[in-house]
Amino acid sequence: MAGRAAVRPDVLVVGGGNAALCAALAARDAGGRVLLLEKTAPEWRGGNSKYTRNVRVASPEYPEDEFLRDLIEVTGPDLDRQLARFTIGRSRELPAWMEAHGARWQGALRGTLQLSRTNRFFLGGGKALLNAYYRHAERAGVEVRYRTEVLALEIENGVFRRARVRAPEGEAEIEAGAVVVASGGFEGNREWLRRTHGEAADNYLVRGSGANDGRLLGQLLELGARRRGNPHGFHAVACDARAPRAEGGIVTRVDAIPFGIVVNREGRRFADEGADLWPKRYASWGGLIARQPGQLAFSVFDRQVMGRFIPPLYPPYRAERLEDLAGQMGIDAVALIETVEGFNRAVDSDAPYDPGRLDGRGTRGVDPPKSNWALALEQPPFFAYPLRPGITFTYLAVGVDERARVLGEDGHPFANVFAAGEVMAGNVLLNGYLGGFGMTIGSVFGRIAGEEAAVCGRAA
Amino acid sequence: MAGLLELIAEAERQLTICNACRYCEGYCAVFPAAERRSAFALGDVVQLANLCHDCRACHQACMFAPPHEFGVDIPGLMRQVRLAGYRRYAWPGALAALFGRPRLTAALVGLAGMLLALLAVVWSHGPGALARSHTGPGAFYQLIGYELLLAGFLALTALVVLVLGVGGRRLWRDVGGDRASLDPGAWAATLADVLLLRYLGGGGGGCYHPDPLHPSRARRVLHQLLFGGFALAFAATLAAAVEQDLLGWLPPYPLLSVPVLLGTAGGAAMVIGAGGLLWLGRRASTTDAPRSRTLDGAFLWLSEAVGVSGLALLALRTTPLIGPLLILHLGTVVGVFVTAPYGKLVHGLHRTLALLQDRAEARREP
Ligand SMILES: Cc1cc2nc3c(=O)[nH]c(=O)nc-3n(C[C@H](O)[C@H](O)[C@H](O)COP(=O)(O)OP(=O)(O)OC[C@H]3O[C@@H](n4cnc5c(N)ncnc54)[C@H](O)[C@@H]3O)c2cc1C
Ligand code: HEM
Ligand code: SF4
Ligand code: SF4
Repeated sequence: MAGRAAVRPDVLVVGGGNAALCAALAARDAGGRVLLLEKTAPEWRGGNSKYTRNVRVASPEYPEDEFLRDLIEVTGPDLDRQLARFTIGRSRELPAWMEAHGARWQGALRGTLQLSRTNRFFLGGGKALLNAYYRHAERAGVEVRYRTEVLALEIENGVFRRARVRAPEGEAEIEAGAVVVASGGFEGNREWLRRTHGEAADNYLVRGSGANDGRLLGQLLELGARRRGNPHGFHAVACDARAPRAEGGIVTRVDAIPFGIVVNREGRRFADEGADLWPKRYASWGGLIARQPGQLAFSVFDRQVMGRFIPPLYPPYRAERLEDLAGQMGIDAVALIETVEGFNRAVDSDAPYDPGRLDGRGTRGVDPPKSNWALALEQPPFFAYPLRPGITFTYLAVGVDERARVLGEDGHPFANVFAAGEVMAGNVLLNGYLGGFGMTIGSVFGRIAGEEAAVCGRAA
Repeated sequence: MAGLLELIAEAERQLTICNACRYCEGYCAVFPAAERRSAFALGDVVQLANLCHDCRACHQACMFAPPHEFGVDIPGLMRQVRLAGYRRYAWPGALAALFGRPRLTAALVGLAGMLLALLAVVWSHGPGALARSHTGPGAFYQLIGYELLLAGFLALTALVVLVLGVGGRRLWRDVGGDRASLDPGAWAATLADVLLLRYLGGGGGGCYHPDPLHPSRARRVLHQLLFGGFALAFAATLAAAVEQDLLGWLPPYPLLSVPVLLGTAGGAAMVIGAGGLLWLGRRASTTDAPRSRTLDGAFLWLSEAVGVSGLALLALRTTPLIGPLLILHLGTVVGVFVTAPYGKLVHGLHRTLALLQDRAEARREP
């Protein structure tokens, strides 16, 4: 490092997640000398990508038009439509490319059959995929340095010169012909979240990597990169409040919401638990809970529905009587009982209950209503999960073109600065989420960024 | 080592995480079997533990493995449960203590076996028989009387089968096996699982032993050599019995006879398989519970001794070494037999039963 007289790399890849590895492998395949810098120790490598399970790809069974329609449905019409169409088109080639670099597949996981046509599932999940990529990279001669954080990029007149890095041996500067920024969003940065969301941010859980502090995203924007995506937005789902502050992954999400009611710290309901929000349902709950006092809520249900959803990793609170349940939840028993009784009275028990579809079994005369799957909570024991918003990723991004070049405010690309993954996902995903699309974006643009950077980095 | 009850509680915690995650569903039978359960009682955990082939593919794939605070390590936990299970199902229970000193047990039982063989020789033909070379039909029986040899081995076999049977039956009860689990389809599938050692495949790439980062197929191949070696040696014994008792040909048999060919192949496979596994074990940089490593090691050395002494016996059977070698070989074979219920070999039974129950369970699934 500092002092080590390494050959100057053609391509410097910043980050160690999916986008970074795709870029490194593609750049290497294109003949570039590649140095990849990952901020974390090897045990923690892989950023948010290690928590993923699938990638969405267009195929003969899943036409591009349908893919685009699905995307617009969740994210709204303001996306860069041309770039989205381009991304979707290039997603077709992904399975073959991924296999050639060590990916293995499995069938859609139990409970996700609705995704079997549109998504490819990684055997063993994202960490296994990343392990395979790292093995291939190592074999191909990509140099990987862990515990090496890029502090800043030095860019002169739109041209990247060198990166300032901090490694265990100390700080150093690394020159390279081109740079690929694949360092993720800023979901792991409390300070930043506090700036955008105030005190409430202290009560958010980060589902993915606590290391993703958005340092380079912020720096590129300061250096005049075009701003894309919603600076305040993040994707969040309802997670078990007892989960770790970061790195809880997929297992902390709570799927029980539609099966009962949700109350806040004051014991009051605040949203329609039976609304047809699929596929945005869980995402919307993250935001709803974020607006409750203390960013805390509880999913409450009774014996009738126990076992109908995937249990999260912590056992639910459990009591024979609602007042004891309230005690465990740490909220006012009178308020909880009042809410449950009011809800129970309002359940319209004429329609049959059917959790397999929108059954129209709703409530009458209670505000907010529950429009489907309404069952009176009357069969003890009663259960509750404490909920907090769990952030999946942020939407703020730097603008890029179809060659993954970072664009300046004037729409002019930087000469040798490329971006891939979460750091540029906001070009095509402004709101909501389409399962598997994060990995699509990172893989498509990672590959392109790597190839382009190899060409321009070797020339430099 | 933690007691079985603590292990069950820990398994419940970890498997609940797996059931909420499910990413490893495609690797092996463990995760689908876990998903069929919402609670994990002792029998469930024993069942899953014996399904786990310790390929460690799930472990390298697990984002919740240490140093993550969730501390998920399914193969490590399952290894401990299996070990505790060997003790729990050992019969008579007092002998479970032998699992605590596997190397000593193997050594002592091997020596006792040799002593027994020595006594048998002396009893049959006096100590002088040991120093002579013996050739021609019935050469071995100039050392040990045929009836004595046969009676000894039949008695030993009956005893071992009884002891294994009692233990196996208890395990079978615990894992929920019943008559309905014994359907022919499940048997056929289980046979294939055993012969292919299907779940040691790591989902296609091989198992992560000895190198935790780079999968390899060596362990599966070597295991099947060892396994096949034992099977061939057993077949050689059967063939010899047929030739002798049905056809009236007395041993030693010519080099190109069925028993000798089977025995040679078996011995060679055993030597390579056990030796290879010992070598892999030395290279492993894993965190294997030391107990299970010594259990493996003791059995592997014993297997190595059986194979080497068998091959040597074959090569040197016309020399005066035939006596000592026969004693060495018979002694180590007795060692393998007698330690079967109280050593590594019992895993073959536990695993086969668990696979059978799993196949039956999966077939019953709607
Ligand atoms: C629980 C969970 C489940 C998900 N499931 C899916 C799914 O199934 N399918 C899907 O498509 N998407 C899923 N997503 C979204 C997906 O994780 C992201 O879209 C995708 O992983 C982004 O990849 P990336 O490479 O851009 O970022 P990351 O994978 O987060 O990688 C960023 C990397 O950069 C490193 N880094 C950060 N700053 C620096 C620096 N200054 N210097 C050096 N290195 C740095 C980090 O350590 C990290 O390794 C999920 C997200 C979460 C949290
Ligand atoms: C004659 C029969 C058998 C012999 C001699 C035998 C021997 C061994 C030995 C010595 C080991 C330790 C290997 C190591 O060092 O890693 C082992 C492991 C293993 N055996 Fe067997 N085995 C037999 C039967 C079986 C059967 C029937 C199965 C069923 C599937 C099986 C499955 C396994 C598995 C999965 C392992 C690795 C995990 C562990 O150590 O328990 N074996 N075997
Ligand atoms: S071992 Fe880890 S990755 Fe695999 S299912 Fe369990 S929790 Fe998920
Ligand atoms: S067999 Fe392999 S993948 Fe399955 S639980 Fe055991 S170690 Fe994990």
